[in-house]
Amino acid sequence: MPGPGSRPASEGPIPHLVLANVAKRFPQAASPAVDGVSLELARGEFFALLGPSGCGKTTLLRMLAGFEMPDAGSIRIDGQDMGAVPPYARPVNMMFQSYALFPHMSVADNVGFGLRQAKRPKDEIAARVAAMLDLVKLGALARRKPGQLSGGEKQRVALARALINEPKLLLLDEPLTALDRKLREETRFELVRIQRRVGITFLMVTHDQEEAMSMASRIAVMEKGRIAQIGAPAEVYERPANRFVAGFLGAINLFEARVVAATNDLLTLDSVEIGARLTVTHDRVLPLGTEVALALRPEKLSLARMPDSRWNNSLAGTVRGVAYRGEASDVEIELTCGKIVRATMANIGGARDTLDIGQPIFAGWSGEAGVVLEQ
Amino acid sequence: MTADRWRHALVIAMPYAWLLLFFAAPFAIVLKISLADQAIGIPPYTPLMAEGKIQATIANYQFLFSDSLYARAYLNALWYAAWATFGCLLIGYPLAYGIVRAPLPWRSTLLLFVILPFWTSYLIRVYAWIGLLKGNGLINNLLIGAGLIHEPLALINDAFAIYVGLIYTYLPYMVLPLYAALEKLDPALLEAASDLGCRPSTAFRRVTLPLSMPGVIAGCLLVFIPMCGEFVIPDLLGGPNQLMIGKVLWDEFFTNRDWPVASAVAVAMLVLLVLPMAAVRRQLTGESV
Repeated sequence: MPGPGSRPASEGPIPHLVLANVAKRFPQAASPAVDGVSLELARGEFFALLGPSGCGKTTLLRMLAGFEMPDAGSIRIDGQDMGAVPPYARPVNMMFQSYALFPHMSVADNVGFGLRQAKRPKDEIAARVAAMLDLVKLGALARRKPGQLSGGEKQRVALARALINEPKLLLLDEPLTALDRKLREETRFELVRIQRRVGITFLMVTHDQEEAMSMASRIAVMEKGRIAQIGAPAEVYERPANRFVAGFLGAINLFEARVVAATNDLLTLDSVEIGARLTVTHDRVLPLGTEVALALRPEKLSLARMPDSRWNNSLAGTVRGVAYRGEASDVEIELTCGKIVRATMANIGGARDTLDIGQPIFAGWSGEAGVVLEQ
Repeated sequence: MTADRWRHALVIAMPYAWLLLFFAAPFAIVLKISLADQAIGIPPYTPLMAEGKIQATIANYQFLFSDSLYARAYLNALWYAAWATFGCLLIGYPLAYGIVRAPLPWRSTLLLFVILPFWTSYLIRVYAWIGLLKGNGLINNLLIGAGLIHEPLALINDAFAIYVGLIYTYLPYMVLPLYAALEKLDPALLEAASDLGCRPSTAFRRVTLPLSMPGVIAGCLLVFIPMCGEFVIPDLLGGPNQLMIGKVLWDEFFTNRDWPVASAVAVAMLVLLVLPMAAVRRQLTGESV
C-alpha cells in the first residue's frame, strides 16, 4: 500500500513510471538487495533515491536500466511493461557514475552515439549534437577525446550523451560523487536548470543527503532494500518517519521518552534518560506509556546563559566543544545527566558571542521544534 | 659526482649494456661475416682486415638477387606467416574473450592452460605433430577406422602441416596480449553501449573491437615476426618442397657451410622485417596523437 507521501504533490496525474513490489536477491547474498519496492513517478519529476551504500538503490536503478532483472514485481513506463525489454530497447538512458565515456571517440561522437544507433540522418545528428553541446556548454571541446577532459567536462559529456536520445526517463548514478566539492555545488544548480529545460524525468541515486535535498523535488529514503520514507525534501527532513531516516538526513539529537500526558496536539513526555519532562506538539494522540523518541535537529536548539521565557523546554549543561564552520558553529553540550547533545549556532554576531569550553549554558527549544518518532 | 648519481647512471646504463652485448655486438659480427668471402678453414670465411686493407665485398648480397630461390623463400615465409597470424587471431580472439568473460576464480586456471604447453620443449611438441599427422598417424587411423576415408590423407609434408604447426606453436603469444587488452576493458562501457541502443553484436563491433586493437596489433607482431624466421616447423612438418627463409638460412649455415651467404640472408631478413614494423609503429603512434 502506498503511503500518503508516495503520490507526487505536483500536477500531472498520469503515473509515468510505476514500480510495483519490485524485488531482487543476488545469488549467495544473505538478504535481498531490493525487497518489495513500490514507487510512482510523475512525468518531469526530479526524484532522488537516497540511502547508505548497500541499501539497494543502485540495484533498483540497474533494474530500471535493464541491466538486472527483478525476481518479482513489475516496472511500467507509460503503461508499458519493461519486464522482457532489453536495455538497448528501453526508452531509458543512464548517466554512469564512472561516466563510461568511450575513450576511442571524440566528445561529439560520444554524444551522437545513441542517435547513430537509432539510424537518424547525418545532418540531423550533427545539428542535435551541436545543440546538446551548447546546452551543456561544451561546444568548444567537440573534437577532444575523453582522456583530454577534466572531471567536470566528462560529467557534462555523459549527461549530454544520455539526454540527446530524449529518453522518457533519465537515470543518474551518483552524478556528482566524482567531482570536487566546489564544482559539485555549482553543478547541482546546473543539473536542476537543465532538467527544467528539457522536461525529462530524472531519477537520481545518491548517498549524499545534501545532494538529494538540494536537487530533487521528491526523495525516497531507502534502508535495507526497502523504502523507509517518500516525500518532499523539507518533509523528509523536518518530519522523518523513523529513527533511520532522522539519523540519515543530517545530525539529530534523540531523547528516549515515554508519553505521560496527551491532548489533541500536545504531548508531555517523561525522559528517564535525561531526567526531564518535555512537551512537544504532535498530530496524533498517543496512548499513555507509549515509548517514543523525541528528535531534535541541532539548528532547532537555542543556547543562552539563562533560560528564555519563549522556550517550552530547557536543559542545563556545559559547553564541551565548539567547531567553527564560518557561517555557523557546531556546539557540543554535556547535559547535567551526562548526555551529549549537539546544537548549531548561526554566527550572526561575528566574533563577539564566542563560547568558552566548560562554560555553563542552557539549551532550549519550543514545542514545535521537536519531532516525535513512534518507531 | 655523488654515489647517488653513479647508481642512477648504472641503472640507466644496464639496458643499454644488455642491448650492446646481446644485440648490437652479434649483429655486427653477422654483418662482418656477410661482407666476407667463403673460405676453407676455421672460421670458414676470409678476415675483414688483411694486409692492412679492408677486404669487404657485397657479392653475397648480389648473389641473393641472382638466385630466385631466396626471393621465393622470403615471400613464402611472409605468406605462411601472414596466414598463420590470421589463423592465430581467429582462434586466439574468441579464446582470450572467453577467458576474460569466465567467472573470476576460473580465469587464472584457464590462462594457465594457455601457457601450459611452454612446460614442454617446443621441438618435442612439433615432433608430436608428426605422429598425429603422418600417413599411418593417429588422425588418419581414426578417420579410416571410422570409415570416413579409405586412403590416408596427405596431411604432412604439405602447406597444411606448416599452418597447423605455426598456429599451434604461436597461439599462446597471441592470446596473452589479447587477454591483457580485453581485461582492461571497463564493463561499464558495454553497458553504456547497450543503454544507448546497441545490441550485443553492435556493442562488440563499436566498442570492444576498437578498444582491443592495441592487443590485436601487439599479438600479431609478436606472432608474425618469429614465424617469418621459423625453420623447425617447415623442416619437420613441411617436407622438402616447402620453402621458408629460415630453413634456407639453416641450410646455408649447416649444409653448405657458406657462412657469408647465410649471414647476408640473415641481415636481409632483419632489414626486411624491421622496416615494415617501424612503418606500422610510426603510423600507430602518429594516430594516437
